[in-house]
Amino acid sequence: MDTKTIFVRLNKVFRDVFDDDSIKVTPKTTADDIDDWDSLEHITLIAAVEREFKMKFKMGEISSMKNVGEMAQIIAQRVK
Amino acid sequence: MNELEYPFDSEYIIKKRKSIKRKLLADGSKRLKKKIAVFGGSTTSDIVVYLELFLLNNGIEPEFYESEYAQYWQDAMFPGDELIEFAPDIVFIHTTNRNISNFPLMTDDKSRVENLLESEYGKFEQMWKKISETYHCPIIQNNFEMPFYRIMGNKDCSDYRGRTNFITNLNRKFYEYAEKTEGFYINDINFISASYGLKEWSNPLYWNMYKYAMCVEAIPEFSFNLANIIKSVFGKNKKAVALDLDNTLWGGVVGDDGVDGIQIGQETGVAQSYYEFQSYIKSLKQLGVVLTVCSKNDYENAVAGLNHPEGALKPDDFIIIKANWENKDRNIIETASELNILPDSIVFVDDNPAERAIVQAQIAGISVPVIDSVENYISTIDRNGYFEVTNFSEDDLKRNEMYKANVQRAVQQAAFSDYNEYLLSLEMTAVIDDFLPVYLQRITQLSNKSNQFNVTTKRYTPTEMEAVFNSSEYIRLYGKLIDKFGDNGVVSVVIGKKENNILNIDLWIMSCRVLKRDMEFAMLDRLVERCRGQGIDTIKGYYYPTAKNKMVKELYGKFGFNKISEDEEGNTIWQLDIKSYENKNNVINVQDNSSINQ
Repeated sequence: MDTKTIFVRLNKVFRDVFDDDSIKVTPKTTADDIDDWDSLEHITLIAAVEREFKMKFKMGEISSMKNVGEMAQIIAQRVK
Repeated sequence: MNELEYPFDSEYIIKKRKSIKRKLLADGSKRLKKKIAVFGGSTTSDIVVYLELFLLNNGIEPEFYESEYAQYWQDAMFPGDELIEFAPDIVFIHTTNRNISNFPLMTDDKSRVENLLESEYGKFEQMWKKISETYHCPIIQNNFEMPFYRIMGNKDCSDYRGRTNFITNLNRKFYEYAEKTEGFYINDINFISASYGLKEWSNPLYWNMYKYAMCVEAIPEFSFNLANIIKSVFGKNKKAVALDLDNTLWGGVVGDDGVDGIQIGQETGVAQSYYEFQSYIKSLKQLGVVLTVCSKNDYENAVAGLNHPEGALKPDDFIIIKANWENKDRNIIETASELNILPDSIVFVDDNPAERAIVQAQIAGISVPVIDSVENYISTIDRNGYFEVTNFSEDDLKRNEMYKANVQRAVQQAAFSDYNEYLLSLEMTAVIDDFLPVYLQRITQLSNKSNQFNVTTKRYTPTEMEAVFNSSEYIRLYGKLIDKFGDNGVVSVVIGKKENNILNIDLWIMSCRVLKRDMEFAMLDRLVERCRGQGIDTIKGYYYPTAKNKMVKELYGKFGFNKISEDEEGNTIWQLDIKSYENKNNVINVQDNSSINQ
C-alpha cells in the first residue's frame, strides 16, 4: 500500500475518533497537535487504526511510535 | 439506535463513539437520571464511555463516579466526602481475575487452599456489606473470567491447586451470596469472555500497556452486558413480544404451502431450528414475557399453523393473535392498548426487513431486532437482554394467565349491552370472611400497595397486622374473588374497630384489578351482617383525600351513608344506620371460610 493511500485513510480514522473534520494529519503529527489526543484516546485510536488496516500493532511498536509518520511506516510494512 | 442493538459492530462503535453520543443527546427524548459509582480494580474509563452510550439508548442518563485507578477496595471501605455526596443509585464493582491477590501454590495442601478461598472471598463480602450499609442501593459485581493459561493443563479445572478450579469455587461463593441477597447482581463476565473468545479477551497487551483487564475491542460487549442489568433494575425491561409467523416461527408460508408444507419439528435441520426457536419463545413465556402474534395472514391459516402437531408453541400460548392484512404498526398499537402496556415495551420479531423498517419508523422506542437466519434467531434476541431478569416473583410466573383473563373479560364485556348481564355472565364467586393466617401476608401487602381504592391510606406493618388479627376489638374482612376466567386472589380488605354500638372503619381497600365488579357491595353486605351479629347498629366511615384516592371520595355516599362532617382539607366522616340496610350485591355468589380447603 502506498504512503499516500495510507495517509488518506489515516486522516479519516483520526477525524472519526476525535470527531473533528478539520483534522489534517501529516507524518510529523503527534499527540501535541490534537487537543483531545490523550493517553486514553490513544488506546481508542490504535484500535480504530488496527480495524481500518486489518492489522495489529505489536506491543513494542505501540510504545515506541513517535509520530503519525512512524505509524504509517509500520502499516506500510505490515499491509501488502 | 440500530448501531447500539445486538449484534452490533464493536469496532464501529469504538471509532464513532463521539458522534454516536452527540446524536443520542440530540434526539430530545426524556431520560431517567441515575448516578452510578464505578469501583474499579483496573482501568474503567472506556467501560464508562460505552456504558453511557448503551444506557442513553435505553432511556437512562447516567452520571458517573469513577474511583481512582484500582482503588475499588479503599473507595468501598473508606468512602471520601466526594463519594458520600455523590450518593450513588447503583454501585458497580469492576474486578477481574487480575485482582485476585493470592492463587494456590503447587506446594499448598487442601486446607491452606480452603483458607485462601475464604480470605479472598471474605474481602469481597465485607466490601458488599459495607456498601450496602452506606448507600442502601443495588450492587453489581463482576464474577471472574477463567484464566487464559492452565499450568496443570486439563487438570487445572479439577485439582484444588489449579487456578481454574480456584476461580470456579470463588465464583460459586459469589453466586451463593447473590442468591440470598436482594439487590445484589452478578455481571457474568465468565460468560461474556467465553462467548467473545477468552484468548483475545485476555490478551495481556491490554493489561500490561493500559491496565485494562480485557482487550479494548471487547469493551463494548462488556458494557452492553452491564447496561442490561442496570436497565432492568431501573424498570426499562420489555414486557411483550409481537411475533411474525411465516419464516419467523416456522419455515415457509402457511397460506401457500399449507399446514403440511411448513417446516417445523424434527424432520429436517431447518425444521429443527424453527422448533428450537419456538421452544425458546415458550421459555420466555415462563419468565412472564407476554406472547402475541402479529402476522399478515388469514386468521384461520395462522391458527392452523400454530396448531401444527410438531410445533412447540400452540395458539393458547398467545394472549393476542393479530393475523390479518392490516399494517403491522397498527396491529401492534392495538395489541399494546388491549394489554394496557406502552408500545415501546414491545419487541417486534419479524424476518422481513421491510416490515421491520415500517414498524421501527412508526413506533417510537419499539425494539426491532435484526434477525437474519433462523439459526441466529435465539442468540440475537437473547443477547439483546430485552427481558434481563433481576427479580423473579410468583407474579411473573402467573403474568400470562392474568393478562389472558383480562383480555377475555374485555371481549366478553364488549358482547353485552347490559352491564349487569355481563357481570352475571362472569359467574363470580367470592369468599368474604374474617382473616385467615394463610392470607395475612397478602392482606398486609395489599394494605401497603393500594393507593387508589383506599379511603384512609392507613398502612400496616406485618407486626401491626398480626396485632389486629389477634384482637377481639376489630371486625375484619378479606375478600377473594374468583370468576370463570380465573382466580383473582385476595382483592379487598376491610378493618373496623368496635366502640360500643359503633363500628369505626379504619381501612377499606380494594385492588383495581376488580373495579366495577360490585365486589365492594358484597363486602358491605357481609360487614353489615357481622355488625348485626355483634350488637352494632351504626357504622362510621372516614375518607381522607390523597393525590391518588379520588375514586373513593363518594364511596360511602354510594353505599347509602350520610355525610356528617367535612373539614377544609376535604376530610369527610360518614354514618350508616344498619337497622334498615338491605343487601346490595346480586351478581356475586358469596361464601365463607368453610368453603376454603385449609
